[in-house]
Amino acid sequence: MKGLSVSKAVTALMLAGLVLLPLYSYLSGNIFILTLFTRIVILALAAASLNLIMGFGGMMSFGHAAYLGIGGYAVGMLAQEGVGSGFIQFPVALAASAIYALVIGALSLRTRGVYFIMITLAFAQMAYYVASGLARYGGDDGLTVYKRSDFSGLINLSDRTQFYYLCLACLFAVIFLIWRIVNSRFGLVVQGLRSNEQRMQAIGFPAKRYQLVCFVISGTMCGLAGALLANNTDFVSPAVMYWTRSGDLMVMVILGGMGTLFGPVMGAVVFLLLEEFLSQITEYWALIMGPLLLLIVLFGRGGIMGMLGRAGRG
Amino acid sequence: MLLVVEQFLNGLQFGLLLFLLAAGLTLVFGIMDLVNLAHGSLYMMGAYFAATFAAWTGSFLLGALMALGATLVLGIVLEMTALRHLYGRDHLDHVLATFGLILFFNEAVRLIWGPAGLALPLPAWLTVPVPILPGIHYPAYRLAIIIVALLVALLLYLGVMRTRIGMLIRAGASNREMIGALGINIKLLYTLVFGLGAALAGLAGLMQAPILTVQIGMGENILILAFVIIVIGGIGSIRGAFLAAIFVGMIDTLGRAFLPNLLRQVLSGAAASTAAPALSSMLIYLLMAIVLVVRPEGLFPANRR
Repeated sequence: MKGLSVSKAVTALMLAGLVLLPLYSYLSGNIFILTLFTRIVILALAAASLNLIMGFGGMMSFGHAAYLGIGGYAVGMLAQEGVGSGFIQFPVALAASAIYALVIGALSLRTRGVYFIMITLAFAQMAYYVASGLARYGGDDGLTVYKRSDFSGLINLSDRTQFYYLCLACLFAVIFLIWRIVNSRFGLVVQGLRSNEQRMQAIGFPAKRYQLVCFVISGTMCGLAGALLANNTDFVSPAVMYWTRSGDLMVMVILGGMGTLFGPVMGAVVFLLLEEFLSQITEYWALIMGPLLLLIVLFGRGGIMGMLGRAGRG
Repeated sequence: MLLVVEQFLNGLQFGLLLFLLAAGLTLVFGIMDLVNLAHGSLYMMGAYFAATFAAWTGSFLLGALMALGATLVLGIVLEMTALRHLYGRDHLDHVLATFGLILFFNEAVRLIWGPAGLALPLPAWLTVPVPILPGIHYPAYRLAIIIVALLVALLLYLGVMRTRIGMLIRAGASNREMIGALGINIKLLYTLVFGLGAALAGLAGLMQAPILTVQIGMGENILILAFVIIVIGGIGSIRGAFLAAIFVGMIDTLGRAFLPNLLRQVLSGAAASTAAPALSSMLIYLLMAIVLVVRPEGLFPANRR
């Protein structure tokens, strides 16, 4: 029990830090940190969505960055065509991601294991090439979003603090939703499928249907992250969907602790802060980051959450 | 006619090159059950070593041979220091660890060789066009790649199918505990297999180097192609990797060459020229998706368990 409380304490500290960050930014006059953390929160949301299927459902999607791109392009393309309302852009982004996830999930779930990893990757690469071919929307060069989503004055996305809190609210909402899903009957079936699919099927659960629904929910959540990301960078390009991006998301999840509620958030915060910190020390930050990841895998099983748990047990 | 033959040979050459990369990947994957994302980094290192040693010795062949040895050693060192601790772990651990290695190698290359790419110039005797059919010439270097890769494929096939070490490798692929129990030094065997895979990746990299520029991240695009190939071919199957590599090389090359014209027959010129590049890049992924949907274990699954 003591181990549990250490990771709980660290998680609580991190969440409090995220909530109070704009205050710190305001008091210290450090605007950059708010911009940095907006990005971190958005990618944490994407990592949390991946964790839903990877950590709880045992479905290792190596193409999750595709939803970032689809959500982003939905916002970018609508803005380009003169539809600036967030009330249209965001639902479209979610719907597009959901439809994509439905199709990809239905096809990919026919395979398992490494084959599943590779087929999700293949579909994401296809999305990458489709986006590269969109000459009207910038093609390879990407698409500049000249105007952020407009929520009729309800919330102003161009205001750093408001936008940050919007992203944070989305993150918390998604984590709450994941918590509800994981503890529901539906979520328990999906977790049961992870440990023993045959047995679950024998009991009478239509395995693939449960997994597919979970896959679609995860993709839709990640599409939300994509729509936010496009607003954050005022830009969307095929590079968002490149396979190393999906790798980054996977790294965040595993780093933080797969199958834990706040692990992916922790992973995103640590991964991106480390990247930022190391790149300030040396231009060759990846020279340290790379072996560090290797060491974490070798000696820190269960990610940061796992390590905190063990530290508590001493 | 000329164009068709030339593109056909280009497809074959690219496919064979992909085979060298995929063979190492599928061996390591099939035998050690290790997902090695850093395989593309070894390909990149092969190209950088070759460019450096060739400039240093002034001889292309000597440089290539030294690069081959260097990637072999690098692979062995990598296996002994890092990767051997990952056997038996979750595939996700492999992904994370080897993703870290990609970061490391890309950055190490930038530190040592700088951000700009390198060129690996060909010796004069490899740049001449060779007559292959009456009236049809083909670049000597690409022909040389085809010959070398076919030779390596043959050696690999004979080595795996006809020698004692090959027998152990195949035995290890189907039942790891058993060959350990037979008193075989499985650690050494794994190190050798990994070294061999690294050398094959290095060979692919150094042979591709004179055609493309040698640059950071060059392994990442092609790594995914290699993964596509072993997944289409069936993981752990050398034969599957060979056939799938040729197939993918052909489809990719021929698609890029002829798809724009084909599309122009059906679509308007503007639409065709927009759709063609995206569609031809997508072709192999489309192929892989179709194969996996129809045969989830790949076309030629190695008989495991």
